[in-house]
Amino acid sequence: MLKPPARPALFPPVVWIGVLAVAAILALLPLLNLMAPDGSALHISSFTIALLGKFMCFAIAALALDLVWGYTGILSLGHGLFFALGGYAHGMYLMRAIGHDGVYKSDLPDFMVFLDWKAYPWYWSFTDHFWYSMLLVVLVPGLLAFVFGFFAFRSRIKGVYFSIITQALTYAAMLLFFRNNTGFGGNNGFTDFKRILGFTITVPQTKAVLYLITLATLLGALVLARSITQSKLGRVLTGIRDAESRLMFVGYDPLWFKLFVWTLSAVLCGIAGALYVPQVGIINPSEMSPANSIEMVIWVATGGRGTLIGPIIGAGVVNGLKTWFTSVLPQYWLFVLGAIFVLATLFLPQGIAGLVRKLWARRAAAPTVADPATGGAT
Amino acid sequence: MRRILIPFALLLLLGACLDAHAALDAALVKLLGGEDADARVEAIAKLGAVASPEAFAILNALNEERLYVAANGRVLVVDGDNKASDPLTGDQLDLPEDAESITVNNRLRRELESALAGLRLFSDDAKVRMRAAQEVQQNAGPAQLPLLEKALGEETDQRIRDRLDMAVATVNLKSEDAAKRKQAVEKLADTTNASIRPVLAAMIEPRTDGGFAEPDAGVRAAVVDTLGRIDRHLLIIEWVGNLFYGVSLASVLLLAALGLAITFGLMGIINMAHGELLMVGAYSTYVVQLAFKRWFPAQIDWYVVAAVPTAFLIAASVGMVLERTVIRWLYGRPLETLLATWGISLVLMQTVRTLFGAQNVEVANPSWMSGGVTVLGGLVLTYNRMVIIGFAIFVVVIVWALLNKTRLGLFVRAVTQNRRMADCVGVPTGRVDMLTFGLGSGIAGLGGVALSQLGNVGPDLGQSYIVDSFMVVVLGGVGQLAGTVIAAFGLGELNKFLEPYAGAVLAKIAILVLIVLFIQKRPQGLFALKGRSAD
Repeated sequence: MLKPPARPALFPPVVWIGVLAVAAILALLPLLNLMAPDGSALHISSFTIALLGKFMCFAIAALALDLVWGYTGILSLGHGLFFALGGYAHGMYLMRAIGHDGVYKSDLPDFMVFLDWKAYPWYWSFTDHFWYSMLLVVLVPGLLAFVFGFFAFRSRIKGVYFSIITQALTYAAMLLFFRNNTGFGGNNGFTDFKRILGFTITVPQTKAVLYLITLATLLGALVLARSITQSKLGRVLTGIRDAESRLMFVGYDPLWFKLFVWTLSAVLCGIAGALYVPQVGIINPSEMSPANSIEMVIWVATGGRGTLIGPIIGAGVVNGLKTWFTSVLPQYWLFVLGAIFVLATLFLPQGIAGLVRKLWARRAAAPTVADPATGGAT
Repeated sequence: MRRILIPFALLLLLGACLDAHAALDAALVKLLGGEDADARVEAIAKLGAVASPEAFAILNALNEERLYVAANGRVLVVDGDNKASDPLTGDQLDLPEDAESITVNNRLRRELESALAGLRLFSDDAKVRMRAAQEVQQNAGPAQLPLLEKALGEETDQRIRDRLDMAVATVNLKSEDAAKRKQAVEKLADTTNASIRPVLAAMIEPRTDGGFAEPDAGVRAAVVDTLGRIDRHLLIIEWVGNLFYGVSLASVLLLAALGLAITFGLMGIINMAHGELLMVGAYSTYVVQLAFKRWFPAQIDWYVVAAVPTAFLIAASVGMVLERTVIRWLYGRPLETLLATWGISLVLMQTVRTLFGAQNVEVANPSWMSGGVTVLGGLVLTYNRMVIIGFAIFVVVIVWALLNKTRLGLFVRAVTQNRRMADCVGVPTGRVDMLTFGLGSGIAGLGGVALSQLGNVGPDLGQSYIVDSFMVVVLGGVGQLAGTVIAAFGLGELNKFLEPYAGAVLAKIAILVLIVLFIQKRPQGLFALKGRSAD
């Protein structure tokens, strides 16, 4: 029996410094938004804060996707579903928190009044309690992923088949949520939120708190994901990715490993969705469209799968480009996104993180070493 | 004056055998111009019962809002700009300044339409009579009974006679005479008109006092019998309809998925841009249609025939370019292929949007594909769907022959089974890959031609078919043409038979869930290739 090698450090010191530095800068921004007066050079606009908050939610989702795709080799084209389910679970609470301030001044949300419903359907019960809805945020995507994953992994569906089935799953869910009778607002979904835990949701202070919670969650998710991938469990997952049959021959049953990481990933994605909804103020079924899920994959691919930090960068870069293009050259955005898909797969199989790593290695190998760059992850 | 006299004499004759009214009762016409709504409705009904061209003309004028009333109460028909005529005397005069148009509200319009339908029963055109007979059957009242019986006396066309018989029977249901009612009920057993069912059902509905709306027990028995026969007939129509529309949906799915069965099934390439190749085919059809409109307007009906090879060639060349530039470098990396082809699909969509605009474009059915044939007295089978079913069969046969009877097909199968061996014996595998992918893409183009004839053609056309296409191929089993055909057929039929119970969306969801469950049982699809590979 070989002794397992000593557990390596979570991150090399350089990366730690980089991550914490970036996190500190990000944490400072909402304070600048609140404290610095309008027009001063240090003032950060509320738009930027909202945008960054959104990007960090996407980054959590990308991180979750990287756990299953980058490390375990399971390409999911349905993570948008878990993201949206988390969002809907939180949205139910936010809808009930509107109280009587809706257009129809009714106990029920406007869309239910519109459908002439007299009471909440059973699955809305208790959603007026914040903590119950937080529980749903974790349980709904988690349970769905567990049940779906159990059947899929048990019959050893893998590779593209699994991808296509997850795509069909999110597509079916989208159709379901588009129906008015499903009871989640149909086409329009949930919107017009007023308050969260008694705080008005639109004021900068609430937004700043949500932003900071998102940042903390992202950091926590990164540490959690990293500690999983560095552990023995993580090495089994990598084994599944690289040679599943061989792993089975040496006596592992991949089912439970896959199921664990798959469910965890879905839960993380659900949490990301739950953080996303109060910040952007809307959730509707188009979040479940197959195109959205596949866009998540490209964040991971662009950033570099199997690197954890890469997908976070990828989510930021791709969404940053999207924001810029859709405001300046909207008709070209799809060309650019399409090109990213093609070029990233053809020329950057390891993504940005892989590129950085390669350049780093080349520089280290070169005889004349310039000043060592620190961090550089933005 | 002579213009008026001849019909006038005729009308007198007609009117004599129909009703006590003269050709046009001045009092009735006056009522039309009056203020009292009930009186106007009554006047319309009475005028409708007068089967005369004059009555038809005045009601038609009212329907088209060409009927005016002057301040002195004189009712006038406006024939053109400021030209009017008095329907009673036939005098031509200028429209008085103070004349106002008689407005037709919804109640009046309903009444008018049924009255006009009654009058159209006497048209010279058999088609118009047929339509009128159908309309009358929907909402005939006792007032129209003499009219119907008169029409029945003059009618020679058997099919129209049947319709009129039904209409008379519908009216007779409310007759005072129990024997007449019973006869009517028995006659209605042959009807295919579902709207009569509730009327009959109401007759045997038990009332709270223990009695029935229909007092006569014999008539009630006849009603029960008739209801049973109507239900049976409707059930048959429903099943045949589901069967037909299921086959139609299956042929669409098949055309959409067949190309994928080649690129994904045989070559193992996950082509997410497949839906966009369908869209390219549909837009090619649109362009061919434009070209025909411009240069050969006389042959516009045959543009679809020309679109078939055009769409094939355009989609095939797009596919071959993709294979050469992108997909070739990703062989053996299916997940990367999936992402890259998705990127291509975005680019293709946006290109089409830039070229043709984001709106749907209009692709019209040629005249020989529009319309349909009515079977079983109530089920319309449209020609365009029939043509597409035939087209799907045609494409499947061509593809089968190409793969199994030609040299290229032999190469394709050889490369699929053992690429290295095929390479060793001199098969140009690179070229074969390109041609196979081109073939699959071209067939997607053909699918696009078919889709353009059924639904909207827009940049998002492909997106709605991509999931369905993959489901068909996965369900059918990879690498099996027969599997794809059977899977498409099964999915199409299942969808159409579930829809009436669950609604379109839930049916679709149920099917997706069924497929996922099915794949649990048979991960290789319906028809698995037997092999030994572990992965």
